[in-house]
Amino acid sequence: MADVTMDRSAALAPEAALDRARALGVFKASDAAFYWITRLSALLVLFLLGGIILSLIVGSWPAMLQYGLGFIAAPRWAPSLDTPVLGALAPILGTLISSLIAMLIALPVGIGIAIFLTELCPMVLRRPVGIAIELLAGIPSIIYGMWGFFVLGPFLANTFQPFMINTVGHIPVIGALFAGPPSQLSLFNAALILAIMILPFVTAISRDVFNTVPPVLKESAYGIGCTTWEVVRNVVIPYTRVGVIGGAMLALGRALGETMAVTFIIGNAFRISTSLFQPSTTISAAIASEFVESEGLHQSALMYLGLLLFVLTFLVLAASRIMLARLKKKAGG
Amino acid sequence: MNPIYASRARTDKIIRFLCWAAAVFGLTWLTLILFSLFWNGLTAMGPDVFTKMMPPPGDNEGGLLNAIAGSAILTFLGVLIGTPIGLFAGTYLAEYGRYEKLTSYVRFINDILLSAPSIIVGLFIYAAVVITMGGFSGLAGALALAVIVIPVVVRTTEDMLLLVPDQLREAAAALGLPRSLVIRRIAYVAARTGIITGILLATARVAGETAPLLFTALNNQFWSVNLLQPMANLPSTINNFTQSPYTYWQQLAWAGALIITMAVLTLNIVARILGAERKPK
Repeated sequence: MADVTMDRSAALAPEAALDRARALGVFKASDAAFYWITRLSALLVLFLLGGIILSLIVGSWPAMLQYGLGFIAAPRWAPSLDTPVLGALAPILGTLISSLIAMLIALPVGIGIAIFLTELCPMVLRRPVGIAIELLAGIPSIIYGMWGFFVLGPFLANTFQPFMINTVGHIPVIGALFAGPPSQLSLFNAALILAIMILPFVTAISRDVFNTVPPVLKESAYGIGCTTWEVVRNVVIPYTRVGVIGGAMLALGRALGETMAVTFIIGNAFRISTSLFQPSTTISAAIASEFVESEGLHQSALMYLGLLLFVLTFLVLAASRIMLARLKKKAGG
Repeated sequence: MNPIYASRARTDKIIRFLCWAAAVFGLTWLTLILFSLFWNGLTAMGPDVFTKMMPPPGDNEGGLLNAIAGSAILTFLGVLIGTPIGLFAGTYLAEYGRYEKLTSYVRFINDILLSAPSIIVGLFIYAAVVITMGGFSGLAGALALAVIVIPVVVRTTEDMLLLVPDQLREAAAALGLPRSLVIRRIAYVAARTGIITGILLATARVAGETAPLLFTALNNQFWSVNLLQPMANLPSTINNFTQSPYTYWQQLAWAGALIITMAVLTLNIVARILGAERKPK
């Protein structure tokens, strides 16, 4: 038997060697091809960012030449004049103020819910409530916007706003924030919708971050007799501070760029007003509602607004990623 | 009781109460939103929504058929274009370039793209595709969605491949398998469920995206499956109908919103079940 097989392999040897070489050749070629396909795809991610920046700069070039950097601080927005007078101050202020108010509401509430979920909530409820919050974080923002438009806006205009205008509105200085007639479309309503929209997001991140605290640390603190609040304050928060700030900035990045939750309800008025109950606009709302019908310099100015928004969110997101990466390193090693 | 203990206990009680209050406050808003979505959506729902075309202004008969079909096409195409690119890029980060400088740059940029405002993506595709091709088109809409799909898939693919134990790769390599086959036959198979979960999450993410479609796919009152023409889609339709003065249109907007939410929730839940199945093994 052994002889027979040896004979056969000897007879087939040259052909087998050829097959082997061919197979190896195919391997080698497909190996190289696969390597380059994946590498090019990875590079494409970089080009995507480059492409976004480049296209925004090219698109906003005419407006940059016309208005320069003064665009940022110019208050007037009159696109229908013969030579449009366009300034970005109103949408920039609207974006910053609405995001700020949204963060002021969503951050404490979100962190509160996260503490509730990690320390106080009965064990049986933790998973379902956590999952519900994560699912809510996935609901498209247009749903929030729609609800704000049909339900929250009318509700606020009939109840909360008149109440604030009649009480706080009479106090000097602070009262200016709540002046004017109640309105279904206002900066305050938009900020509230933004807050509700980023709330599940803030909660989910804070909970994940709080969960990185090693149980031993918390147990030791409870062991020496700390109350829940003292454990949170002196163990959980110091340990996760970087992560919480990173998560908050991620949420801020979201709030700054959010379009659909805001567009319906902010009123899209290029007006700078001290009152939060007046219609206003944000960068993304301005783009969403004017871009399709715009042309020429007007369109270019909207692109310019887009570029400013991108730079702003880029800085916020980059800072947040660096902070979150730092926490990850700490948790890992 | 010792006054210090008493004050500590009091502070703790107040904070605990505030945390409970925060949870109740937050969940109340979210329940209210879901409640009015279901209430208004189900009131407006009927067979017409799925079988008839969009009504002209003021008409009280019609549905969302063309918008639903258009959304399905755009989402499917967006995922179809974005997934392979994201998958391959994620593969490079986790397999070939694990220790390269390039990987850390790409990962950082990818994380930024992951949470960049989606309206910026719309502007990008408008400048790059709509202007170049000379008009709004379904294809531009699909490309805009693909740009949003890519970072999601890159992220999950990389994470999932990094979870595959290196011993598996070493064993395969010791048998003489070339690198690309080790990745395709061993690493992909081991990480399959996780990667599919990522693709489902990406689909859920783009299914409800509105801002990038507003000035790429635009919208279309009529039935059209021509990718070079503006294409009807649910998010833009909801956007138009919500702001319209016609009650019937507004009702249809609620129905559309319910359809999108249900689709997104279903995708998320399926992804979650798939992901959970994976863990106990």
